[in-house]
Amino acid sequence: MKRSGFLFCLMFLFSSQTILQAYDVTQDIAQIKQVQKEGQGNLAASKSVQQLSQADASALIPILSSFEGANPLAVNWLRGAFETIAANAIEQKKLPVDQLEKFILDKSQNPRARRLAYETLIKVDPKAEDRLIPGMINDTSVTLRRDAVQRLIDEAANLEKADKKGQAKKVYLQALSGATDDDQVKAIVKPLRGLGEQIDLQKHFGFLSDWMIVGPFDNGDKKGYDAVYAPEEKIDFTSALEGKEGKVEWKPVKTEDDYGIFDIAKSISAYKGAVMYCAADFYSPEEQSLEIRLGTPNAWKIWVNGKLLFARNEYHRGMVLDQYIVPVTMQPGKNVILLKLCQNEQTENWAQRYQFQVRVARPSGTGVRSQKPEATTQLAP
Amino acid sequence: MKNEYVKLLIPLIAVGLCCGADWPQFRGSLTNNVATSETPPSKVSPENIAWTAELEGRGASGPIVVGDKVFITSTTGFKQDQLHLSCFDASTGKRLWERQFWATGRTQCHNKMCVATPTPASDGKRVFATFSSNDVVCLDLEGNLLWIRGLSHDYPNASNSLGMASSPIVVGETLIVPVENDDDSFTTGLDVKTGIARWKIKRPRVANWSSPAMLKSSPEAEALVLLQSSEGVDAVYPETGETAWQYEQGAGRIPSTTVGDNVLYVPSNGLTALAPGSSSEPPKVLWQEQKLSPGTASPLFYQKRVFTVNSAGVLTCANPEDGEVVWRLRLKGPFSATPIAAANHLYLVNEKGLLQVVQLAEEQGEVTGEIDLKATILATPAISDNSLFLRSDEHLWKISSK
Repeated sequence: MKRSGFLFCLMFLFSSQTILQAYDVTQDIAQIKQVQKEGQGNLAASKSVQQLSQADASALIPILSSFEGANPLAVNWLRGAFETIAANAIEQKKLPVDQLEKFILDKSQNPRARRLAYETLIKVDPKAEDRLIPGMINDTSVTLRRDAVQRLIDEAANLEKADKKGQAKKVYLQALSGATDDDQVKAIVKPLRGLGEQIDLQKHFGFLSDWMIVGPFDNGDKKGYDAVYAPEEKIDFTSALEGKEGKVEWKPVKTEDDYGIFDIAKSISAYKGAVMYCAADFYSPEEQSLEIRLGTPNAWKIWVNGKLLFARNEYHRGMVLDQYIVPVTMQPGKNVILLKLCQNEQTENWAQRYQFQVRVARPSGTGVRSQKPEATTQLAP
Repeated sequence: MKNEYVKLLIPLIAVGLCCGADWPQFRGSLTNNVATSETPPSKVSPENIAWTAELEGRGASGPIVVGDKVFITSTTGFKQDQLHLSCFDASTGKRLWERQFWATGRTQCHNKMCVATPTPASDGKRVFATFSSNDVVCLDLEGNLLWIRGLSHDYPNASNSLGMASSPIVVGETLIVPVENDDDSFTTGLDVKTGIARWKIKRPRVANWSSPAMLKSSPEAEALVLLQSSEGVDAVYPETGETAWQYEQGAGRIPSTTVGDNVLYVPSNGLTALAPGSSSEPPKVLWQEQKLSPGTASPLFYQKRVFTVNSAGVLTCANPEDGEVVWRLRLKGPFSATPIAAANHLYLVNEKGLLQVVQLAEEQGEVTGEIDLKATILATPAISDNSLFLRSDEHLWKISSK
């Protein structure tokens, strides 16, 4: 009896092991990638993520590889499973460090997956930073690139302190080539300008500086946000339009501001209860998926080639660089960007700003310039 | 055989007694800032710091305590788009696990606050973390992911350029998540098991940083959720989101309503004492008192007294019957964290990290101890295990009797 029990236990252990070894992570990963908005797929994904989280370290690379093509929600679900497995693997000293490093260096892989692999790797191998980061100054991963830029900033600052100005300038310029985060750009541009270098920040960030503008139209009681004025139906720079205070005409404006800010209140008038329309064109050599990045303390709507991309009915909650990021597909040739900017009637000191900044960038944050710098002259009457 | 079971239960009972009551969400289990069965130190000094744990990044959310675990959220990255949920051993301060996620919504915030401003919540089995990006993650207490929602991913105009700060609360099987802002403004009730919405109701389109409170008129009564906004207070059923009654005289958008002895204390017209309504009757205003207008910190009802802290750092104690001021005590402010109460003392931590303990008395309150934690602290502390748990960006502290 005892002997048969022992045999049964052995069989059970063997079969359990077989089951564990046979566990195929691909089905659970595929299930997790089905999650959609509003919790669609959550029920099945929850079961899958709990099962996947129990997998051994061999699941780590398949999970990272699956980031490609996954929506942002699914990526987070996958990350949750990855981190649980990785934490166990680190504790058991079974983290596949060589595979992770190979994955990090494979630039065809998803940038976020590569970053996650890197953050996991340096938990057990902090020296990997010196080995991997310096080569990532133009990496598709925003955060790997940021780390590479920071190393160059530090290096350049040390060179500058050592009075090696020529070398410092060279390294700062190299850092600038990869910098997209504003804090780093500022940390580079200030010393570079001090070293006599001319830096065109508008060009670096991809700001649109030349606009056609018309208004004001009525936004009393904030009703102008929903009102459809003539520029929304047709952009015709030659026509006079019926505005809030009589006839208004399109006129060209230009900003010299480093950060592309055009200040309507200061440059035109501190309108209250007003709507202004601003138009610019952007020439693209080919169809490309880019982002329009907008900053404004005012309510706004934005169209590209007549298609409404996004609208935001919020006033005076601050303005920062890249405050709003709107994906856009630019068509080959000329693309017309139309911005509707609404000012309300608040009287507080902090509610008087009427301004905006717009840039075109890649999803990585790198600025993209219109192929024709003289673009807005095409719009002028 | 029975004795064997008793033996097995003894350690569990001991753990329960040792750990005390949980502090499972913003302002505690009843969202009233009060720990009824806890005795944190009444005279504090630096020697009372039981342990200090290192944190990274930013965090204005409060810690919560469930059993022997402390949970805390924070964010890292230039854009604060790395969302962290960390778990610490309440006894030792050892980090037990940490999980990170990427923000799927906007992470822009006013400099004073940050993406990790909402305090997480727990139903005792799961922990729910929300962030200014309107991401909601649910893990079990061991760090295993159960579900995720990205509410700004789902509703892209649900955001606030100054940041979202309202904390979620759990009522029964529903996680109440306020997403109230100038544009696509709503509050939703999510099924704690799946994250799928039981309900989603439109809310006033005005930025709102206040947090929900719970109203439970008796132990047997069905709990209601109090949603405060610039328009007033809506009492809704947690299962359906349907409105039970409304108070429509407007209210603040930062300090939040609290409840004591079945009376609401609403930051409205100074401070308004409100008897709850019903499906057939509107709520009744008992009194309104401008002198009790709270600053950022929410009001507190404790030991038959109402307390508020104004923007000048003055703690005011009032009679809940009529709103008449009983005493005032000037503290060292300013305060963002809400005062919490236990064992006849109030615990108030100011924005510079000075924890002040006020012993309550009928005639006058008295400061009986201070600890200068020398850090910016905006988060409301937690009380559990006869201890206080406080956090700054960089540290999590446990403060206990020696």
